[in-house]
Amino acid sequence: MNNVKIRSGNELVVEGAIAAGCNFFAGYPITPSSEIAEGMSRELPKVHGIFIQMEDELASIGAVIGASLGGKKVMTATSGPGFSLKQENLGVALIAEVPVVIVNVMRGGPSTGLPTRGAQGDVMQARWGTHGDHPVIALAPAFPKEVFLTTIDAFNLAEKFMTPVILLLDELVGHSHEPVELPGPNEYEIVNRKYPEKLETLEIYKREMGGPPLRPDFFMGYPIHIESLEHNDYGYPTTNPEIVEVQQRRRLEKIEKHKNEIIRYKTHYMDDAELVIFAFGSMARSALEAIEILRREGGPKIGLFQPITIWPFPEEQLKKEVGDRDVLVVELNWGQLVYEVERVLKTNKIHSLLKMTGMPIRPDEIIEKIKEIKNA
Amino acid sequence: MLDYEKYLRYRTFPVPWCPGCGIGTIFKAVVTAFAKLKWNPNDIAVVSGIGCSGRLSTYFNTNTLHTTHGRALTFATGIKLSNPDKHVVVFSGDGDALAIGGNHFIHACRRNLNIKLIVINNNIYGMTGGQVSPTTPTGFVTTTTPYGNTEPHFDTVELAKAAGATYVARETVNRPRQMLKVIEKSFNHAGFSVVEIVSNCHINLGRRNKLKHPLPMLKWIEENTIPLSKAKDMSEEELEYKYVVGEFVHRHRPDYLSLYEDLVVKKAGGDKK
Repeated sequence: MNNVKIRSGNELVVEGAIAAGCNFFAGYPITPSSEIAEGMSRELPKVHGIFIQMEDELASIGAVIGASLGGKKVMTATSGPGFSLKQENLGVALIAEVPVVIVNVMRGGPSTGLPTRGAQGDVMQARWGTHGDHPVIALAPAFPKEVFLTTIDAFNLAEKFMTPVILLLDELVGHSHEPVELPGPNEYEIVNRKYPEKLETLEIYKREMGGPPLRPDFFMGYPIHIESLEHNDYGYPTTNPEIVEVQQRRRLEKIEKHKNEIIRYKTHYMDDAELVIFAFGSMARSALEAIEILRREGGPKIGLFQPITIWPFPEEQLKKEVGDRDVLVVELNWGQLVYEVERVLKTNKIHSLLKMTGMPIRPDEIIEKIKEIKNA
Repeated sequence: MLDYEKYLRYRTFPVPWCPGCGIGTIFKAVVTAFAKLKWNPNDIAVVSGIGCSGRLSTYFNTNTLHTTHGRALTFATGIKLSNPDKHVVVFSGDGDALAIGGNHFIHACRRNLNIKLIVINNNIYGMTGGQVSPTTPTGFVTTTTPYGNTEPHFDTVELAKAAGATYVARETVNRPRQMLKVIEKSFNHAGFSVVEIVSNCHINLGRRNKLKHPLPMLKWIEENTIPLSKAKDMSEEELEYKYVVGEFVHRHRPDYLSLYEDLVVKKAGGDKK
C-alpha cells in the first residue's frame, strides 16, 4: 500500500485520462464536473498536451472532435445542461466515427435543477440524447480504483471502435474523496487507434459489417473527407437508400457485434443471494453497504449486480447472473434503467427503489425496502 | 500556368450550387490562392459549416471536414491546436458565422489562432429556401419576412475588428482580382483572419426582391460597393447598407499557441516535443 492517495472521483478521471495518453482536452466550466477541467489544465501542459477552455459546451466538443481527427487522444467533461448542449456534435462523432471521451458528472435535473446534488437521471440521455439511430457506449464506475481504470477503458474503447464513449459519473462519485491505491502501468492496457499500413483507396468506410473505419488521421498524406451528412464509403455525402442502409447498419452493428467485448460488470455476494439488487455508480455503493449490514446482522442474503457498462445494456450477462431470482432496482431517478431490466428479465419479479430529491438513497432505506419486499 | 488541379476533388463533382451562384467564383479564388502559394494539399484542412457555403469542403482534394451549423470554427480550433504547422481554412455563411455560430465567431477572433475564415455573405439562408439572415438588408422580402425585413443587419467587418481579429477584409464576387488578393494576404497572415465575400443569391433572395437573375443581382451588389478609400470621406448615413470593400485590419498580436507554448508549457515544466 505504498501508492495510496486521497482522491475524488473527478481527480481520478484526470489521472486516468493522463495515464491513458489523453493529450487534448477542451471544456467549459460546469458544476459538478469543473475539477476535471481544472485538473487537465494543470496536468496536460506537463506532458506536452493541449488544454483549452472554449467559449461554450458546443465549442468544446467541436474542438475535441477536430483534435481527434488531427491525431490526438481527446476528452471533454461536463454535467447535465452541458451534456444536453453537446448532443448535436456528439452526433458528428457518431456518424463520422471519431474517437472522443465525454465525461458527464450527473447532477439533479431537468434544466439548471440541482447543480450541487447527485443524480443518475442522464442514463437515457446518454443512450438517446442525440437525434437519429446510433450506437452508444456509456460506462459508469462506482469505486475509486474503478473510476481510474474505467477512464482508461473509455479511451481504449473509443480508439478501438472509433466512436464516442460516454463516461457517466454521478456527483457523489465525482466529489467523494477517498483513499485509493492507484494501479501501476502494468495493471492496465492502453489501446491506440489502428491505421492502415498503406491506403490503396480513399474508401475509408468500406469495412465488413460491424467493422470500425480504418483510416489515417488528417495530414497523414491522404486527402480524406469527414462528413456530418450521411455518406458513402469515401465519406462523400449521399442519399442513396442502399448505401444509407449499409452505413447505418454497419455503425449499429459495430457495437452490437462486439458487445461482449464492451460490457463490463461486477457481481457481489451472488452465490447464496435470494434477491439481487441492480444498481450502478453511487447507488451500487449504497446497495453494497446495505447488503453487508444485512449479512452481518443475519438478515436476508442479498446479492448485487453492478453494471459498469450501461450501454450497450448487459442483457445476456444480467440474465445469466440473476437466473430466476427476484430483482430490486435501485437508481437515483424516478425510473430509467428499471425499464431496461424489466425488458430483459421478462419473467422475473422486479421491484424498484427510486428517488430523486437531491439526496442519495441511503443503505438504511435500501434495507427498509428489502424488509418490505420480504414481508409482502 | 498554375498547378491548381491537385486541389480539386473531381470524384465529388458536379458541384451543387445554382447556376450563376457566386460561390463558384470564391471556390476558384481559394484554389488559385492555394496554387499560387504552392501549399501541399496534405498540409491543408478545409472545414465548413452548414448551408450553401458548407458544401464547399467536399470539393477540395485536401483534408476536409463538413461539420454542424455554426460550429465549423470550433472543429477548426481543435485541428489547428493539434497540428500547429498545418493550414486551416474555414468556410462559413452569413447565417452560419453570424447567427447560430456568432459566439464561436467572436471568440475565434479574440483567441487569435492562425485560422483563415472566409465568410460567404449572400445575405440569406439559401440552402433552406430563403429565410431572413443577420445580414439581409432592412426592407427585403424573404420567406420569413413576407412583409419586409424590419431588423438591422450585422456588419461582419466591424464585428471582427471589435472582437480582435488580426486580419480583416471585405470583397465582393464582382471583384475577383481584389478578392484573390485579400484571400492570398489572409493566407499569408499569422493570426486569425476574417475575409468576408459578398455574394449573390439571385434564386432565394433576388427573385423576391426584383433581382431575379444573376446579372441584376450582381449589378445591385456593384452599385452598393464602395472602396474603403472612398468610404473614408463619406458619412455614416451615406454608408448605410453599402458594402465597403478593402483591407480593414492588418495587425500583429501573438497567437494562442505561441503564448501557450511560451507561458503555460514552460511554467508547467512541460518537456519539449
